[in-house]
Parts: sequence; C-alpha cells; structure tokens
Amino acid sequence: MNTIYEFVTGPLAWLTWTAFFAGCAWRLASMYKLAKSKDTSSIAFMSWKYSLRSIAHWVTPFATLGWRKNPALTVATFLFHVLIFAVPIFLTAHVMLWDQFFGISFPAIPDPIGDYLTIVVIALCVFFAVRRLQDPNVRYITKKADWIALAIVFAPFMTGFLAFRQILDYDTMIILHILAGEIMLVAIPWTRLSHMVFAVFTRSYMGSEFGGVRHARDW
Amino acid sequence: MGIHDRLIEDVGLRRGVSRLTPEKIEKTVNAVLKNETGARLKVYSETCMRCGMCATACHYAQSHPDDPSYTPAGKVRQTLDVLLDKGGKVEPDFIYGMAQLAYTECNLCRRCVHYCPIGIDTGYIMTVIRRICHKLGVTPQYIQDTAHSHSATFNQMWVKDDEWADTLQWQEEEAREEFPNMRIPLDKEGADIYYSVIAPEPKFRTQLIYQAAAIMHAAGVDWTMPAEPGWDNSDMCMFTGDFEMMGRLKRRHFESAQKLKVKRIVMGECGHAFRSIYDVGNRWDGWMWHPIPVVHSIEFFWELMRDGKIKLAKKYPGPVTVHDPCNVVRGRGLHEKLRELVRFLIDGDIVEMASHGEHNICCTAGGGVINCGPPFKNVRVAGSKSKAEELKATGVKTIVAPCHNCHGGLEDTVHAYHLGMEIKFLGDIIYECMEKPEA
Repeated sequence: MNTIYEFVTGPLAWLTWTAFFAGCAWRLASMYKLAKSKDTSSIAFMSWKYSLRSIAHWVTPFATLGWRKNPALTVATFLFHVLIFAVPIFLTAHVMLWDQFFGISFPAIPDPIGDYLTIVVIALCVFFAVRRLQDPNVRYITKKADWIALAIVFAPFMTGFLAFRQILDYDTMIILHILAGEIMLVAIPWTRLSHMVFAVFTRSYMGSEFGGVRHARDW
Repeated sequence: MGIHDRLIEDVGLRRGVSRLTPEKIEKTVNAVLKNETGARLKVYSETCMRCGMCATACHYAQSHPDDPSYTPAGKVRQTLDVLLDKGGKVEPDFIYGMAQLAYTECNLCRRCVHYCPIGIDTGYIMTVIRRICHKLGVTPQYIQDTAHSHSATFNQMWVKDDEWADTLQWQEEEAREEFPNMRIPLDKEGADIYYSVIAPEPKFRTQLIYQAAAIMHAAGVDWTMPAEPGWDNSDMCMFTGDFEMMGRLKRRHFESAQKLKVKRIVMGECGHAFRSIYDVGNRWDGWMWHPIPVVHSIEFFWELMRDGKIKLAKKYPGPVTVHDPCNVVRGRGLHEKLRELVRFLIDGDIVEMASHGEHNICCTAGGGVINCGPPFKNVRVAGSKSKAEELKATGVKTIVAPCHNCHGGLEDTVHAYHLGMEIKFLGDIIYECMEKPEA
C-alpha cells in the first residue's frame, strides 16, 4: 500500500501536472493555429473592451437573460464552479501538500467546513445528474461525453469524502481519491471539461461581435 | 421525437436528395467541415455542456414546449452532432431532414445567444449546415428559385433590367399628382444618398418606393437610385448557403454605389439585406467593414427627424407596439433609435411586448424561412405561437415593424391567431403623417 501511495503522490503526480499543463498548452496553441488559418474573419473583430464586458456580465449571477430564466441552474452552476476550485485548493490536507511539494503555504479551510462543502459539491453533482435524466430538454441533448465529464469531476470529491470520513478502507480510498484527482487534471484538456480553457475565448468572441459590430448586448 | 417525424414534402429537397449517394455526402460534408470551418465550430461542438439553458430561448421551442427537438441545442444534436459522430457517413434520407430543419426551423435570429454562458452561436452552426446542404444541392424549391434569380439577374424576383427602370418611372409619374416636382433621380453621380431596396418592392410593393421617394422629396434629400443591376440589396444566397453568389451580389451592390460616387447607401426597411451587407456578405468579399458607409432606414429616418427635415401634419394614432427585427436590433442595436422615432411619430404610448429590444422574439419569417414558401407555412406559423401570445398581451391594434420579412411573418401570425392587428412600416406612417406642402 505504501509503495502505491508513494507512487501516486510522487512520480505519477508530477506526470499528471505535466500532462495537465502540457495538454492545455497544446490544445490552446493548436486551436489558435487553426483559428489563424480558418477563422480570420472572426479573430479580426476581437476586442479587449467588449470581451471583458461580456465576461463580466456572464460571471455575475442573474446578470444575463439566460441566468435569470434558469434560476435553480444558475445558483447550482455558480456554487459548483466556485467550490470545485476552492475546496481542492484550500482544504487543510491539500494545503499541507502544496507546502510539501511546491513550497507554497496559505491559510486553509477548517476540516469540518471542508467536509461540509464537499457534501455540497457531491449534492450538486447529483442535482446535475438528476436534471440530465429528468428534464426532457436536457435528456434529449445529453451524450456519453456529458456523463463522462460529470463522473470525472464527481469521483475525486466522492472518494475524498469517503476517505475523510473513513467510511470504507482509508488506505484504499485515499489512493483512489488521488488517482481520481489525477484523472481529472489529465482529462481537462481532452474532454468537455476543456471549456475550462476555451470558454473564455468563445465568450470573448461573442462579446466582441455584439459589442463592437452589432452594438447590442450579448447577455 | 425529431425532424424525421415531421418531414414535409418539398420538390427541391426531394429532387436534391434523390441525386445523392453516401459517398458524395461523406466527401462534401468533410470538405466543408475541413476547408470552411475551423476553431470556432470545433470549440462550439466540444464545449457545449448540454446544460439545456438555451431551450427556452427559441420561439420554436416556446411554441412546442413538450418537444425538445425544437430547442437550439436539440437542433444541433439532430444535425451537426450526427455528422461529426459519423464522420459524414450518413444516408441521403438523413440529409432531407437535416435540410428541412436547418432551412425551416431556425430563423438564425440568435436569441439563444442571450442564454448561453459559453457563448455558442447556434445560428452559425445552422448556417454551416445550410452550407453543406447547398453544396449537396438539397435546398427547398422556393428559396432556391430566389437564389437562381439572384444568379441570373442580380435581383431576387426575376425583375428584368428594363422593368426596373420602368417601375421607378411609373412610380415617379404616379407621384406627379401629389408632388408635381418629385423625381426619382436615376444614376445621379455624387448624390448624398444611394437608396437601395429589395426586389419585392418593384415586384409587388411599389407603394414602398413611392413612399420613400415622397419622404426623400419632402425632406429635400439629394438622393439617387441606380438604373443598372446592383440596386437589389437583398440576399437569399446568404441563407441558402451559396456564399459564392452572396459575395458576387454584395460586390455588385457596393460597386454600383461606388460607380455613382455617392456618399453613403441608405437601405430600405429590410432586415436580412442589412445583415448581408453589414457583417456577412462584406466579410466574404474581404471587407472588414464597408467600402462606403451603409445605414438602415431606421437610422436614416431618425436623422431626418433629429435634423427637423420631416415635419408632421398630424401624429399617427397610438398606442402601438414595436417589433424589433433581429437583423437590425440584435444585429445592429437600432432599437433605441427606433423607439425615439416611433415616439416622435405617434400620438400615444409604445406598449412593449414582454420580449423586446435585443431580447425580442423573432417574427418566425426571418433567416430565409418564409422564403421556403407554402410547403412550410404551417410550421412557421405554429412556431410563432409564442410571438402571437406576446403580441396579444400588449392589447394594442398597431404593430410597427421596419422589416419586409417581419411584415410577411407577422401578417400570417396576426391572421392565424386572430389578433386583429395592423402592421406598419415606418415609411407608411411617415408618409401618412408628414406635411405635403405641394398637395
């Protein structure tokens, strides 16, 4: 068990971070190259001002027509995105890892709160899953890739929760938890989770066209 | 549930599909995807999170609340998704449904843009699908006829060269009784304004040319219309996916204005033509903007009002509601000027529909949908149910709609849902209410 633990927190972790950053960089670079050769008439209209204006509206809950018309999803989406970054970064156990491996230290979320927030993330994953199954409009457009993306995000939180509570065998669970986190990082550039790197550009483009050319709001 | 459960017989689609083979489809689909699309389409299809937020954006979906195949993402799932998943290996019958969906169940109005957090442009995706259909030769017969007319005559309605000049002179003569000195100046070099219209105006809405000429005359504008092809600013080729022809049309239009050394082009009350000239056709021709300035009638009339060049003998009786044409509102942000102008013209209030300004609901005729003709009329009218409900809720009797296609669509909607409303162009109201000193 110890050897496996050493492996997943040691060499495999470094490999994961490398794959994550390299994957994101490669996807961004190749997409930019493709855009330069095929989407020049779109790139020509990109504007910092209107990109930021559009992003500012869409990162504000209920500031857009779409958010207002889907209140439950809006609350769930914002909470979910804040937590899936905040919890892994600021959890006490993780803060120790940041210090151990990267030599950076910052304040942590107290354990009981971290535990509670993890439950919130798990509940939100369940909400998204139920919505996929229950809402006919969402069910109709759901593909395998959407379930894969959800499962990839769900796994590290679920295993983390089980490990922290020591509900099943802790040693196995903590290894599964680390593996699940590593899978998520590696998968980000190659699955639906790639919206993490691309959404800022699609949003900016729409903001630029609507702001600079069409003189209309895109929210 | 989906387009294949509601296929409609159309000669153009049927004949087109009958000529297809799976090999030809695969080759064409992949050629368009590889050569004509790039990062934009790739990222859209990869990062759409299938959240379904766009479902309630679309008037087709609002009008069919229990059928997810009418939602924006639902339309993509039935078209682009399948092509990408199967690498273009689909049967000819699939293309029939794909074409029917892309040409008749999406107005390219872009209302869904206001609903997508990621910023996916479903209108663009549907345009790509139409492009593939055009290249496969599978287009609805009626709209293809207008595209053929564009190719043969550079106007949409098979108006012959002599008929065009004749029609203008006929309108000029008609107007002599009311305005003894009124001219419709043809080919006047160096005029301030080059006025362009869509071909249905000389074909069957000549009163619009009459009214525009009367307004120009009363406002003392230095204007002209071209005697040669290039006068028609409309563009059904943009909607069929015939971008080569779209490019030729726009080039001809701009060059016709350039040849006359005019200061700018003013376009009649049309939405799609503005889209074509403003940010679609011009880009195909490699112009980031325009070789000469272009303004829509809304803005032009607004300027005349601001400068005191239109004097009213009376105001038009209100209250009215204002319909925002997608292509000049979501496409150009003219909704505020439109309202300022309407307030100037009417006596009474503007009663807004629940969705207005950039958030307007489309008339369901736009994007070439009405041009697909009678076979698809009932689908279109059924899709405008949510528009009809918003119109009805205003409780007014007059709709101001500065776009030809919107008029066509709204007329059908008003009739089918027994709304008992009249639909007015800005030109109708200005002409009716302005001072006519010589009369």
